[in-house]
Order: sequence, then structure tokens, then C-alpha cells
Amino acid sequence: MTVIAPPRVPSRFLPVIATFVVFVLTFGAGSVRYEGFASGQIVANLFIDNAFLIVLAVGMTFVILTGGIDLSVGAVVALSTMIAAAALRAGWPAWLTMLAVLATGSVLGLGMGLMIHKLRVQPFIATLAGMFLARGLCFVISVESVSIKDPAFRAIATESIPLGDVSITYSVVVALLVVAFAAYVLHLTRFGRTVYAVGGNESSATLMGLAAGRVKVGVYVISGFCSALAGLLFSFYMLSGYGLHAVGMELDVIAAVVVGGTLLSGGVGYVVGSVVGVLVLGTVQTIISFEGTLSSWWTKIVIGVLLLAFIALQRLIVHRQRDLQGLSRD
Amino acid sequence: MTDPTNPARTRPGNEPLVDLRGITVEFPGVKALQDVDFRLFPGEVHALMGENGAGKSTLIKALTGVHALDTGEIHLAGEPVSFAGPAQAQAAGISTVYQEVNLCPNLSVAENILLGREPRRFGAINGWAMRARAAKLLSRMGLTIDPGSALGNHPIAVQQLVAIARAVAVDARVLILDEPTSSLDAGEVAELFRIIRVLRDEGVAILFVTHFLEQVFQISDRVTVLRNGKVVGEHDTPKLSRITLVSAMLGRELGVLAEVERRTERRAADPAPLLVAEGLGRSGAIEPFDLEIHAGEVVGLAGLLGSGRTELARLLAGADRADTGRVLLDGRPLRLRSPRTALAKGIAYSSEDRKAEGLVSDLTVRDNMILAMQAARGWARQVPRRTADELVASYLARLDIRPANPDAVVGTLSGGNQQKVLLARWLITRPRLLILDEPTRGIDVGAKAQIQQVVADLAADGMAVLFISAELEEVVRICDRIVVLRDRHKIAELSGADAGVDDVMELIASGSTRVEVRS
Amino acid sequence: MSNRRLLWPALALVALLLLNLVFTPSFFALRLQDGHLFGSLVDILRNGAPTLLIALGMTLVIATRGIDLSVGAVAAIAGAVACTHIADGGGPVTAMALALVLCAVLGLWNGFLVSVVGIQPIIATLVLMTAGRGIAMLLTEGQIVTIDDDVYRQVGAGFLVLPIAILISLAVLGGVALATRRTALGMLVESVGVNPEASRLAGVRARTIIWTVYVFVALCAGVAGLMISSNVSAADANNAGLWIELDAILAVVIGGTSLAGGRYSLTGTLLGAVIIQTLTTTVYTIGVPPEVTLVFKAVVVIIVCLLQAPRVAPALRRAPAPPKAEQEVEEVAVR
Repeated sequence: MTVIAPPRVPSRFLPVIATFVVFVLTFGAGSVRYEGFASGQIVANLFIDNAFLIVLAVGMTFVILTGGIDLSVGAVVALSTMIAAAALRAGWPAWLTMLAVLATGSVLGLGMGLMIHKLRVQPFIATLAGMFLARGLCFVISVESVSIKDPAFRAIATESIPLGDVSITYSVVVALLVVAFAAYVLHLTRFGRTVYAVGGNESSATLMGLAAGRVKVGVYVISGFCSALAGLLFSFYMLSGYGLHAVGMELDVIAAVVVGGTLLSGGVGYVVGSVVGVLVLGTVQTIISFEGTLSSWWTKIVIGVLLLAFIALQRLIVHRQRDLQGLSRD
Repeated sequence: MTDPTNPARTRPGNEPLVDLRGITVEFPGVKALQDVDFRLFPGEVHALMGENGAGKSTLIKALTGVHALDTGEIHLAGEPVSFAGPAQAQAAGISTVYQEVNLCPNLSVAENILLGREPRRFGAINGWAMRARAAKLLSRMGLTIDPGSALGNHPIAVQQLVAIARAVAVDARVLILDEPTSSLDAGEVAELFRIIRVLRDEGVAILFVTHFLEQVFQISDRVTVLRNGKVVGEHDTPKLSRITLVSAMLGRELGVLAEVERRTERRAADPAPLLVAEGLGRSGAIEPFDLEIHAGEVVGLAGLLGSGRTELARLLAGADRADTGRVLLDGRPLRLRSPRTALAKGIAYSSEDRKAEGLVSDLTVRDNMILAMQAARGWARQVPRRTADELVASYLARLDIRPANPDAVVGTLSGGNQQKVLLARWLITRPRLLILDEPTRGIDVGAKAQIQQVVADLAADGMAVLFISAELEEVVRICDRIVVLRDRHKIAELSGADAGVDDVMELIASGSTRVEVRS
Repeated sequence: MSNRRLLWPALALVALLLLNLVFTPSFFALRLQDGHLFGSLVDILRNGAPTLLIALGMTLVIATRGIDLSVGAVAAIAGAVACTHIADGGGPVTAMALALVLCAVLGLWNGFLVSVVGIQPIIATLVLMTAGRGIAMLLTEGQIVTIDDDVYRQVGAGFLVLPIAILISLAVLGGVALATRRTALGMLVESVGVNPEASRLAGVRARTIIWTVYVFVALCAGVAGLMISSNVSAADANNAGLWIELDAILAVVIGGTSLAGGRYSLTGTLLGAVIIQTLTTTVYTIGVPPEVTLVFKAVVVIIVCLLQAPRVAPALRRAPAPPKAEQEVEEVAVR
């Protein structure tokens, strides 16, 4: 019996490694070009400015790993900032406000998950409905921007934690905790492995007796929760609630996850990759702001090109695997 | 054959582990299983045989709770049971390994074996212990692969063995193997059989579905044959001759078509062949073969399911690409890159899988009929409405399609009428070679006779027809020449007086490893 | 069958219109002034024209089991190209031609990724959706380019009794309807969408078909982009056609075309686009902040999904059969 030895670097790690290389290269390019780019604080700032994106990317990674997609995340972020701002204005204590925000996000996620699983609505359409609903609800609360004056929120938002010569914010700590917890869940629990199994082959996962349905709903709840949490971090960042916050953020998040090496068809990817994906996008943005003459729209073009490059890379890997198994029929 | 006094029904001193009694499963319009009795004993390998549509997979699905029973009952170790799904059946010790590997290629081998009952430590999956346990299971089966590697990195054969490892990891008492060998080569099959024997000797009851005769005689202790949803025989394998088995599987359906007379030498065959295949083959599908087809003749392909008959046809139709050999049309080499090139050269192929590869079910009868003609013209040049209407009307009449309504949605027609619509689609392209893969399967007797008559008429008009059918009677009756296939090899070509049902059956049944016993 | 599918959207539209009538009794009033037709109904059609245009192209794309997310970005690019060309002293006709040629190229690009490279449509078009607005901003150098050109203004704001934008959209609708009837495009699009493998065996060139529909939807997006920018005599790379892809997809889905591909209905898409626009207008008339329209859109999507789901009851008991098959059975039963 012939047993093909697996390649030394399993191909499933390739995209993540590629992402990391891209990160090192872009960051390196920035350091060579600009004085003071390669400082610890710039790296810390990458995390500070993108903490909410990291949390969103974690939630999105769960969803995309099952082969789904969540278009509602940007809208849920906006709704979260709005609920937070409105609740605080109404005099709710900070802890109750946060709880309410997180609960709202999770319930929205649950609703979308049930629509997708029970009614077999395509994830694209179900989360599109979620997106419309969340954005619309923002404006039901208030059409104007509402600023946040609660001392507790302001304290959390502005407090910085010194870490040697650099300092970070609480948001970064929260984001990193979320990443660590997500990695634990994805790799060391049955729920997490079932997420991968569903993305690999849903009918197989069901035949293997795994709780595929529960997981499919669960990932949208997780994404909803992450969106709400990211919304809280975003409201620390902006100190206001507004229905037009985070417009188009779902695209940035999906781009970060794809650049981070997660296959959009599901089953392959790592949260760490998504984090590096966010950092790559953040670095591109930082370089463009350092450049000064380069305008911000280059960010979008670069992200588009990166997306294309990584989609092409994924395509190659999938092809290679199929060749390996001699599965291709044509 | 289901007589309880038959010695094959009883095994002294041993109670059946699985006992199905009087099982009937009905689908709309079809009795998929009819009053089927089936027993499976611990420590035996029991082969389940039958052609397409005989009810093999329905029987398995009835046993594992996928299909509900209309009548009958299932006993497991003497207790009546009723499963709501494969998960429940698995919990009761009945594991199934399917033809398609139903595992997750992106997970590790160890996870694929143990996910769902993985070892834990402090609530988290203990990856180290999981790999160790998986390695132990794999080594018991003689496999030395890294349990931490991704399943998708291994060949299908290894994946199949991993699927079996998963099935036995639950301490399965009953192991169902549904055509596990269809994508394996000889060495891999031997490996699989070694493992099956190990499991059998440990007392596992194994139900083995296959369509390879060789394998039945190699591995099984007993055989049950199904045909058209009924049990037609239950035998101890060592006492069974190949010819009995083959005739039981294929059956003999006489008198359906007395009116289509055998056409011997109805015309002087064109001396120059229309199409010649030289050493044409595709690895894993059909071994290289030679074939000549003349204008005005009907060539039949006979062989069991999986013998390579469909695979051969697909190569000639450009549906799959050949790795070796070449095709000559009118003596000139022809590169068959796609069905489109084949159609352009006058080769039309009607697939055996009417639903998945034939009909465009949401479209009308008219659209389905002119699809191939339209495709050849491209989207910009529509077939003129009047031409289309005339063609459609003439074929509705000629093939007696009912309802004779060109605007009916084709998915709403009966199977026989759907088949005729497809036949019309290919005839409208005026092919020189028409390849019909099981055109009469699953359709009513009247439609079957009509299609056979049409084939005879077409050949009389000078068309070459390659006719594939699982029913030997049918092939023998309407074909001038019969090509016999077995285990993906072309083994013989018969014509004239040599081409009788018995001759073909004998060839199909003949094995290289066993001495033939005529019954 | 298709009539029955259009029943719900038609009823929804009637209900919306009646609701408007209750709030504004003069809702159906039309008046002719200086040879121009005015009225709420005309406004609805005019504001809905770009969405309808894109939705028409999207209908064909969706019928082939595809989707095009980049149409909003393509619309922005079309406006940017035309306006910058005019601002640089170019003629309006060459400006529009230039814009449409570029859109066709972008359509070729999407079609190439989907039909040749074989990337899932949703991902393939995501690339241009992301990069497209960047390209549009690159063209306008991040500014809102305002122009003053009477010919160009006609496309979005002109009148020929009816607003020209409406006439263009209806002409395209008629054109598509005719083209899909008079050529075999409609039938081949459906056959590729319903059963790709059967179509391949019948010799259908799926690649050409798919490529054609992506180019077509990009052209539709281009014209829509011209309308949007002409209406305000400016190119706004950031906001022109923002989220129009979602409205267009929504219009197609409301019109009864399944995202799983196959049979499509142009009439349904027309109904869908009009419903969406009427909804927006209705929200205005009943005095709710316009941004809240989104909530109503969400409600509409959810209701449509519920209606199109393989019946709510069987779905709740987790029927294992795929929705498509069930629908077939149902349709058979209806006949």
C-alpha cells in the first residue's frame, strides 16, 4: 500500500505563513523607508487602532470556517455603539449597558443563525437582512450622533497600560483575550473541531454524528457576540454612538480573514491568521498615512490586490490537493 | 428462495445479529423494497448484490434509519429496534462506510477517527491521547500513517480505510460497507480484505455491497441477491456458481418485445468503419480497448454495473478525456476535447443519469429538446421558432411523448417520457453515432418497447448506435454485435449466432481465478 | 407557475401603494407641466431607475448561479470616468462611451475570474467591490468632481415627457426581454443555472454564457452610474451607488428568482425594484426618518425568505430534503 508522505510544511499552513511573510515585508518596507516606523509603539498602535477589527475578524473566522458569511458585522458594530451611547445617556450603569449590548448582538446572531439553519436561507441573504435591521434600528434610536460622556467608559477608553516603553489600551487586552479564547475553542473543544468539520464537509459531519446544526447556528451567535464586543471597543475608540459608524467594515473584516489565509469555502483557516491579516491591513494603512502624498484610496486598491493574490494562492493550493488525490474528473 | 427450510437460511447454534422481516419501502410510484427478509450473523461477511435500482442502498438506508419502513420490522440481537437516523444506528453498534468517503478532508486522521468520542483532559480535547489512540487503531489495521496529518493529504484508498477505522472505533457489532472498493486498485482491495477478515474473525457482522463478482467470491461467506426490490436468492458463497449468481442478478424478462425481430445482416455492413477506437483508455475508469463501429449497426455493451460500460461510452462522447489511445472518425484522427467537439462531429451521448446529467428539469419540453441544437449554434443565433416548433411537434408524435405539450415543464413528465424527450434532443442534432447509456432503465414496459423500436429504425436508416443496458435480453435482442466488459476490461466481442444471452452471461461470469462450474 | 410566483410581490406592491393613498390622497395624481410629467409615481420610477437597471443584469447573473457584488463600485467608476473626462474638456458623448467601455472591461475581468479561473462568484467580485471604489477615487483624486454639461445632465435629470432615466431603464428592460426571447440567451442561461453538467454534455458553452452575463451586468452598472452622477452633475466616488448591489440583489430575490440559479423572472425583478423604491417613498410619506427604511427592508427580506422557504411548517420539523426538490414537487402538485 502506497502511503504518500505528507509534505514537510502542510499546505494548510501555507496561506498563514504567506500572510505572515507579507506582514513582515510590508512592515519591513515601512521601516526602511520611514524613520521611526520600526518602533514598538507603532506596533502597539497597530493593535490599539485595530482592536475592534481583530475581535470582528475572530467572529468572522468562525462563520467563514463553516463556509458561511456574515455581512451584518459592521451594522451590528454601529448598533452597539448606538445602544451603548443611548443607554448611558439614559443613565444606565456602564456594566448593565455593556451587558445589554452584548446580549443584543448575540440575539441578532441567533436570529440569523436560525434563519440560515432552520429556514435554509442563504447566509448571504439572512445576514443582509440582519445588516439592514441593525442599521435601521440605529436610526430608530437616533438619527444623530450621540456622544458618550459616562466617566467609566471614558476611563476605560483613555486609560493606557504601560508595557516597557510602549503602552497599550484595555481594548487591546480584550482583543487578545478574545483571540486566545477563540483559538482554545477552535482547536481544543468538540465545538471548535465541529466548526472545521462542517466547513470541510457538512453532510459528512452530520453522518459522523456531530452536532452540525447546533454549530451552524452557534457560529452566528459567536459572530454576533464578537460584533457587539467590537462595537463596545469601537465606542471606546470613538466615544460616540452613530448609525453611520463602521460603514463597510464587514468588507474590511472579510478581506482581513481571507488575507489571513482562511478559505472562503470553509474548513481551513486559523484565528491567528486573521489577526495577522488585520495587522497587514493596518500596516498598509499606516504606511499610506506616513507617506502623506499617497492618498487613502490606495488602501482600498492595495487591499483589493492583496485579496486577489490570496484568492489565487488558495486556488492553487486547492488544485494541488486535488491533483494529489487524483480526484479531478476533467 | 425465502423458504425457511432452505439450509442457507439457518446457521445451527447461532442466532442472527440483524434480522429484517418483511421489509417494504415505498417511494411515490415505486416499491423500492418489497417484502424483503434479510439476516446477518455475527462473524460473517455477507455480500449484497444487485444491479442499479435493485434496492441495495434502500435496504441499507432502511436498516440504518434513513428511510422509514412501510411494513416489516428490524431485530437487532433479538430485540425489535427502530432507528430515527444513522446516528442512532451507530449508537446501537451499526456503522456504515459509504462509497464516497464521508469524512472531513480538512481534519486530521486522528480527528476523523475519534471526533465525537475524543479523549479529554480538563474539558479540552487531549490531542496527544487522541493521536495515540488513533495510532493504535490504525496499527491494528496495519496502517502506518501519521494520525496528525490531514486526511485530505492521503489517497482515497487510505481515506477509505480511515473511514473503516472510525466505524470500528465505536466497537461496531455490524459493519456495513457500501461499495467500498469502487475506487481502489487491486493492491488496495487486498489490504481492505485483510482488514475485513481481521474484523470478521473478531466477530463483527459485515454487510458488504459490491458489484465485482471476483470480490464476492474472494471475501464473502454468504450472498443475497436483490432484483427490482425483491430478494431473488440467498446462498452460501462456496456452493454458488458464478453463472447462477449472474443470472439471478440480471434476471430474464421474456416476451416484452416479441415484435422487434432480431435483425441479422439486415444490410450489408458498410465496409469502412465510421468510428475506430485504438487503445483508448483512462486510468481508473476503463483499460485500453479497441472498437469499431459501422454506420447502420447497433453495437451493444454488456457487463455488470461498474464493468466500465459507462466509462467507455463517456470517452467516446468526449465527456471524459482519455489518457491513452486515439479515436478515428472516417479514418481521420479526432481529438475529443469536450462533448461539444463530439457533438460537432456527430457523436451524441445520452447519459445513464437522466436527472443529474440529462434533463434541465425546470425548463419546458421544447427547450430540453432543442438544447443541444441550440448549443451548437451559440446563443446569438436562436433556432427559428417555426423550425423549433416543427421539430418538437414531429418528435412528440414520432416518439409518442405524452402529454404532447411542448410547453410542459419536463420535470413533471413520467420517466419514460423524459427519456424520450432526451432521445429527441440527440436525434434533433442528426448524429451519425448515437450513444445510449441505459435508455430504458426505470421506465415502463410500453415506453421501453417504443425506444427499442426507435433504435432499430434509426440503424435501419443508417445511423450507428452504441447501446448500453444492464438487461442482457434487451442487448441481445436489438444489437448486431455485443462487446462484453468485465472489471473495466473489454473481454470479448460477439456477433451472429454466438451472441445469445447464455453466451454473454457466461463470459461475464467467467473468472480468471476460478474454475467454471456450469449449472 | 411564474404567475403564481409573482403573486406575493404584486400584492405587496398594491398594499404599499394603497398605504400611500391613505396617507396622501393625492398620491396617484399626475400632472403635465411644460411637457414634463410629474407625480409621486413618476418619482418612484425615476429614483428606482438605477436599481432596476442593475437588477436586470443581476437577474441574469443570478440565474447562472452567480452573483456580482462589484456593481456599486463599477457604477462609481463609470460616473468618475465620465465626469473627469468632461471636466478635462472632453465631450459628453465620448465621456459616456469611455465610461461604458471601461465598465465592459471590468465585466470581462469579473467574468474571467468566475468562468475561466473558476473562483466562486461572491469572492471573485468581492475583489472589485473592494478595489473598485479605490480606483474611482484614484480617477477623481478623492474629490467630488462637479461638472456643468447640459447633454450629460439629460441622462439622469432630463425629461422626454417622462424622465429620461425611466425611459432608459424601461428600454433596457424591453431590450433584455427581447434579447432573451429572440436569441437563445435566456434559455441557455437557465439551462446552465439549472443543470450545469447536463448543459455541458449537451454542448453548451457555459463559459461564454457566464462571461456574457457578467459583461452585461457591468454595462448595466455603468449606465446606472452615469444616471446617478448625471442627476447631481457630479461624481462622488465614495457614495455613488453605495449599497446599490444589495438593493439590486434584493430586488431580484423579491421578484422570485432564486439565488440558487435557474429560472428567472424579469417582470419579477421589475416588481422587486419598484417595491424597494416604493417602500423608501412610503417611509418618507408616513413621516418616519428616511434612514429607518432599512428596518422595513429587513422586514421585507425576512418575509420574502419565509414565503420562499420550502414552506415554513416542514422547515420547522427539519425536513432533510433540499428546498429545490421540494419546490419541484410542490409545483407538480399545483398543476
